[in-house]
Amino acid sequence: METILEARDISMHFGGLKAVDRVDFAVERDAIASLIGPNGAGKTTFFNMVTGLHKPTAGRIFFDGHDISGKQPNFVTSMGIGRTFQTIRLFNNMSSLENVLVGMNSRLRGTWYEAFLHTPRVIREEKQASASAMALLEYVGLAEHAHEFAKNLAYGLQRRLEIARALATQPKLLLLDEPTAGMNPNETHEMTTFIRRLRDERGLTILLIEHDMRVVMGISERVTVLDYGKKIAEGTAAEVQKDVKVIEAYLGRRAVEAFTQ
Amino acid sequence: MGTQHCPGRAGGGSLSCAPLRRPIRRDLGYAAFFALGAYSFGILTWPTHGLEWSFWIVILLVGPIAAFFGLVIGAPTLRLRGDYLAIVTLAFGEIVPNALRNMSDINIPWLGLNHFNLTNGTQGLNPVGKPVINLTAIFPNMQPFVVGENANQTHWYFLVLVVGLIVLFGSRRLDNSRLGRAWKAIREDETAANCMGVNPVRTKLLAFAIGASFSGIAGAIFASMSQAVFPELFRFNVSIFILIIVIISGMGNVWGVLVGGLILTLFDRVLLAQLAPPLLHSLGEQLNSDFLRGLDLSLYRWVMFGTGLLIVMLLRPEGLFPSKVRKAEFHELDEPMIEQEAPEWRPGGSAPAEESTMSDRDES
Repeated sequence: METILEARDISMHFGGLKAVDRVDFAVERDAIASLIGPNGAGKTTFFNMVTGLHKPTAGRIFFDGHDISGKQPNFVTSMGIGRTFQTIRLFNNMSSLENVLVGMNSRLRGTWYEAFLHTPRVIREEKQASASAMALLEYVGLAEHAHEFAKNLAYGLQRRLEIARALATQPKLLLLDEPTAGMNPNETHEMTTFIRRLRDERGLTILLIEHDMRVVMGISERVTVLDYGKKIAEGTAAEVQKDVKVIEAYLGRRAVEAFTQ
Repeated sequence: MGTQHCPGRAGGGSLSCAPLRRPIRRDLGYAAFFALGAYSFGILTWPTHGLEWSFWIVILLVGPIAAFFGLVIGAPTLRLRGDYLAIVTLAFGEIVPNALRNMSDINIPWLGLNHFNLTNGTQGLNPVGKPVINLTAIFPNMQPFVVGENANQTHWYFLVLVVGLIVLFGSRRLDNSRLGRAWKAIREDETAANCMGVNPVRTKLLAFAIGASFSGIAGAIFASMSQAVFPELFRFNVSIFILIIVIISGMGNVWGVLVGGLILTLFDRVLLAQLAPPLLHSLGEQLNSDFLRGLDLSLYRWVMFGTGLLIVMLLRPEGLFPSKVRKAEFHELDEPMIEQEAPEWRPGGSAPAEESTMSDRDES
């Protein structure tokens, strides 16, 4: 399988804190991969480095054959990496439709002077953009909420809107930061089904950060475990689950001893 | 007509801050660009400089000139937000008129400038160019038409109306464009906007440049209309007046700003300056009160605007005619978030309680 994202020997240090420390990591095209680990393991920091919010202290990141380490977030997005945030970061006082349209920003060509003059080209482009934004809202089940403010949507709908907004950037790789955080088991199940649909129907590669082991085990083909900024295990869900280091990281040394006895 | 009497200024100026107000909330530098526009116009049309370019050419040039200065001033303030931006732009509003005042004696040997008088100091540039509609090339029998000849203000009214409408519809269109959405998105959450493909530097600079060019064009028209440009015209209260219009009328709503600008300008120029003095005078005669006879309400203009601003801020912080976005923002804390019924596709629905458990699990 071809790799779409590759991090080579990547580190992120904040002063003395090594949030991510010399991690090698690869995601294969069309896979659903997971990044797991206890609190503060460096998962979100890793995402932030990939999307350009943090410039890695050392190491390189390659996406689709291009070196994207240290590039600006908007450039990374235009290359084809979409993301959601752990705590929802929608544009609260904009409608769902507008939120999705912002996501299309790097795919639209209309300039300010064309908008000022209302040229036929920009009118056509805006029409097409609205239509495809509506299609995306429909896809995630938000069609009837298109003109509501994002902040007035129910929590689960906000999560879906964030995904729709990320999809609007036309990504090849979608990074989901704890997509099931704060959801009940029922909702979590819905979301995992939805994530699998995204891969199967839209041909996306998906990398997700997850806390909930059941979610990870259910959908990921490949799991990478971080702990204190270091990669401690990698493999299929079943392999990782049995890994002593992983159990120790999650449950402590005593638990490992209890298991092995 | 007083030197400050200019519908073009109030309307054009306050509309020009509509784009600026989006991503960069507090910019108090309107007067700076207004002054730059007026002076650019003055310098290029003042007979003493011997340039005397046509009004129409200069007005087209003033936009880009002001936009350039918008970029120069905007670039170093990109990282600033809120109050800090307000302070810096406020300083620019002070620096520009002062700099222009002192540009009457420029000595730069290597440019060949020796005691070069660019702005004529405190006396200012007088007279400056007037718009002339000269169609003799097409209609040989038509006399050149000078806008505002013999102090005819009706001509100006229509010219300002046309420019105002262009600015108005232009800002509406910009609002609903890719750039307008990027402005709103940056104001809402810059990091998220950046991750959705919005280039924050470019977007903010465009806001500065476009806002500055609108202000600059308003300044140029004001200069031509009052036939003189001098530093005293661009004191800080110009920015404040424009800001008061925007805040009292309601931020982010172009139509509201238009109506508010009209009301406040009428209040200031017509009621205080024209109607009140004879009324008070005759009232003073009736009551035989020297105080009322000599009372000039326009001296208390800023006290009234200040009081009005306070009252609006206390009773209706979103302004008189707010956009629905602003209204929503200002009343965010008043009403609880609308909790919706669980949608059909998701049995179970969402529980706010679960949101709080999420924060416990936050990862740094």
